[in-house]
Amino acid sequence: MKLVTAVIKPYQLDAVKEALHALGVAGLTVSEVQGYGRQKGHTEVYRGAEYTVEFLPKIKVEVLTDEIDVEKIVDAIVGASRTGKIGDGKVWVTSIDEVVRVRTGERGLDAL
Amino acid sequence: MEINTGNTAWLLLSSALVLLMTPGLALFYGGLNRSKGVLNMMMMSFSCLGLISVLWVLYGFSLAFGVNESSGLNNIIGNFDYLGADAAKITEEWLFFGANTGIPTYAFLVFQMMFAIITVALISGAISDRMKFGGWVLFALGWFTLVYIPVAHMVWGGGFIGTTIRALDFAGGTAVHINAGAAALALVLVLGKRIGWPKDNMRPHNVPFVALGAGLLWFGWFGFNAGSELTVDGTTVIAFINTQVATGAALVGWVAVEWIRDRKPTLVGASSGAVAGLVAITPACGFVEPLPAVIIGLVAGVLCALAVGLKYKLGYDDSLDVVGVHFVGGWIGSLAIGFFATDSVNAGITDEKILNASNGLFYGGGATQLLRQFEASALVTVYSFAVAAVLALILKAVKLGRVSDESEVGGIDISAHGETGYDFTPASGAGGGGAFALAGIGTKETVDADGKASVSQKVSS
Repeated sequence: MKLVTAVIKPYQLDAVKEALHALGVAGLTVSEVQGYGRQKGHTEVYRGAEYTVEFLPKIKVEVLTDEIDVEKIVDAIVGASRTGKIGDGKVWVTSIDEVVRVRTGERGLDAL
Repeated sequence: MEINTGNTAWLLLSSALVLLMTPGLALFYGGLNRSKGVLNMMMMSFSCLGLISVLWVLYGFSLAFGVNESSGLNNIIGNFDYLGADAAKITEEWLFFGANTGIPTYAFLVFQMMFAIITVALISGAISDRMKFGGWVLFALGWFTLVYIPVAHMVWGGGFIGTTIRALDFAGGTAVHINAGAAALALVLVLGKRIGWPKDNMRPHNVPFVALGAGLLWFGWFGFNAGSELTVDGTTVIAFINTQVATGAALVGWVAVEWIRDRKPTLVGASSGAVAGLVAITPACGFVEPLPAVIIGLVAGVLCALAVGLKYKLGYDDSLDVVGVHFVGGWIGSLAIGFFATDSVNAGITDEKILNASNGLFYGGGATQLLRQFEASALVTVYSFAVAAVLALILKAVKLGRVSDESEVGGIDISAHGETGYDFTPASGAGGGGAFALAGIGTKETVDADGKASVSQKVSS
């Protein structure tokens, strides 16, 4: 089992959600996060004084999946969230040892 | 003579309008401040609504506007005739100054009370987040007594600036804005910078507050300026329209500077520009025509937008730009009188029995009035700065200047007032939201000075 984690621009969330839905992904976890990559932050100017805002708002999307589906899911996320401009985000995949569905106690692939 | 109901009604309404400017100022300053000091910032304005109201009735009005022409001291200060706003004395003099205004002296007293309140409150924007509240209260008391009262008397109460220098100040360019601005500069130089300034992020925490506060100031300022005619006549209307057009022009001027320099027009800039225009037109509003008022506004908008950057170049931490907006704007307006004043707007300017001043440089009066305006502005600057600096040094010496570093970094709202402006605790979860959820306890106890628990509040989950 794998965990696909994507940090994307907030306004790409709908597109990513729809792309995953089209693949038949049953569920995902979304959280609002802050951070920066190579583009760093942005600046705001108040009364002529410049303030640097380092951490930009981002959305983190997490999907637990079977190893067979990983590539399709990663491609779907990347395809839906790419604008070609700086700050599009990142996607990474980690291995998962165990998953339990809380309601039934099912484990492993059955719990996905 | 009977009471003139129209004049009196307008003056009372104007008083209420000027009163509203102080809560407006509190919002303006509060929004510009960081969130951890918003309440202290607003409290410094609100406390003036209490303190100065009381002092004004006790002795302020009497010392500022009591007239005793036989005494040389009358050049500097009023007298004790109206101490305690004694009805027996005041009602018999309800024809204010013997002029044909038909205004009860009480109406003038309350109008001027509002001016005193906001002038003291203006100063506080310079020292946000770092002054002990007790120190601020003592400073307000001392500065009001030693500076505001004599300056108001010298400008408006028959004292030296109005009658000898013969400088003009319709609604408070010298008495209010230069006066408060110079005191603010002295205070920040003595107290020093906020921890982290200018490196840390100290951007305004609530820009909508800033705009709302500026809007309330603008609204109330009609009472401030048009009310200063004390009666309702053509000059009142001119003061009103000048207030509007100068403020609009200053807004345009400030935003234009930002748009060109920073490539983005901001709401903080539009709000600040409006305030700068209001400040600059204040001394001149009853003496100039509307088109010069537009010019005064534009100049003030542009110059004040540039002046707020001075603090970074010169290295003083005037937190919310009291110097850049009020001191600089006050000077612009005061000097503008020397260029644009005309007795076709206000016949009193050149009337020997009324103001005995001169038309401006562009209206055939030569440089006479310009020089007088400069003298008056310089005099108020030096006096206010000097006394404020001494007061601040005394407060510093008795440890009533700055709060501790820990209090400042943690937030002066908590350390000085025991409250915070905003509750950022999540609404869900075991605590059920509210400030106590952070503490993670079911019962909150406040321990008083004797160590006894005086309040016990059960917090439900």
